[in-house]
Amino acid sequence: MDMVTAVTSLGRNGLADWLIQRVTGVILLAYFLFIAWAIAGGVDYPSWKALFEQTWVKVFSLMALLSLAAHAWIGLWAVLTDYLTERLMGSTGNFLRITSQLVIALGIFIYVVLGVQILWGY
Amino acid sequence: MDGTNAALQQRPPLIAPVALVTVVPDVKDNRPVNLDIGSMRLPITAWASITHRASGVFLFAAMAFLIWALDMSLRSPESFAALQDILTSPVARLILLVIMAALIYHSLAGVRHLVMDFGIGESLEGGTFSARLVIVLSIVLTLLAGLWIW
Ligand code: HEM
Ligand code: HEM
Repeated sequence: MDMVTAVTSLGRNGLADWLIQRVTGVILLAYFLFIAWAIAGGVDYPSWKALFEQTWVKVFSLMALLSLAAHAWIGLWAVLTDYLTERLMGSTGNFLRITSQLVIALGIFIYVVLGVQILWGY
Repeated sequence: MDGTNAALQQRPPLIAPVALVTVVPDVKDNRPVNLDIGSMRLPITAWASITHRASGVFLFAAMAFLIWALDMSLRSPESFAALQDILTSPVARLILLVIMAALIYHSLAGVRHLVMDFGIGESLEGGTFSARLVIVLSIVLTLLAGLWIW
């Protein structure tokens, strides 16, 4: 792994990334099942709003949001470092990969900021 | 023993004359292409893996839709009603169903990863079986979700 690749890996090594990917995946799955279960009974605005006013739901939602951030970063890192590489396309590969990672980082940042604002703003 | 020998003698010579008259490939056109995916028959486990990757990339983009929907649902009673209204349109329902299909597939395939990480089902047969199981279960759950949405 060259330096630019290593330095953009979230846990700085494959084993840490592997573990984070799995833990965050399970948290996301639990959260989506919770949301599906909450919607399944049918919701109106007052009950939906009351659900998200509870502290544990806010904390659970924030956990899912941060898990999404880490999970997506590691997952997309794995994809980009497979296809947009110096080996496959020379220095263009490095340029495209770093550019993509900047766009992804910006996207994740926007998701987290929006999510926090939704959870604590209304 | 004699029979075997006779069979061996009937075998065509190793360099069959016919080989000399078969097509001599045009080198320029027929050079092998590195990883020409279109010409390869991939085993089901490879399809399961590629689909897990594709669904993960898709889900990252799809989260924008879900976060937007969460925003609409919590902002005010009016926006909640507006979201409900939007979700009655077939296009919006189709988008939601595609996202749920990706989420269901990616989750089941993710759980398959976890199970295999614990050393269960790592054999070729086990991997083929669980890949099939994940695909079938995803289709069933997605159909159920589709029934629910409509
Ligand atoms: C909803 C948000 C999600 C997004 C955006 C997402 C995205 C991704 C991406 C891009 C990858 C990389 C795929 C690859 O390297 O081939 C990945 C891998 C993975 N995902 Fe997700 N995922 C999400 C939810 C989940 C859930 C709910 C689970 C449930 C268990 C999960 C489990 C996994 C696992 C275990 C891997 C690692 C696979 C490997 O090591 O090759 N993910 N995810
Ligand atoms: C963030 C995640 C999810 C969202 C926003 C979501 C949203 C929805 C919505 C809006 C409906 C239709 C509700 C209605 O029109 O009454 C629905 C139905 C359904 N969803 Fe999801 N869903 C999510 C995750 C999941 C997951 C992870 C699964 C399965 C593992 C799932 C399985 C289903 C099923 C089976 C139905 C139909 C249920 C029934 O017939 O009672 N959903 N979902």
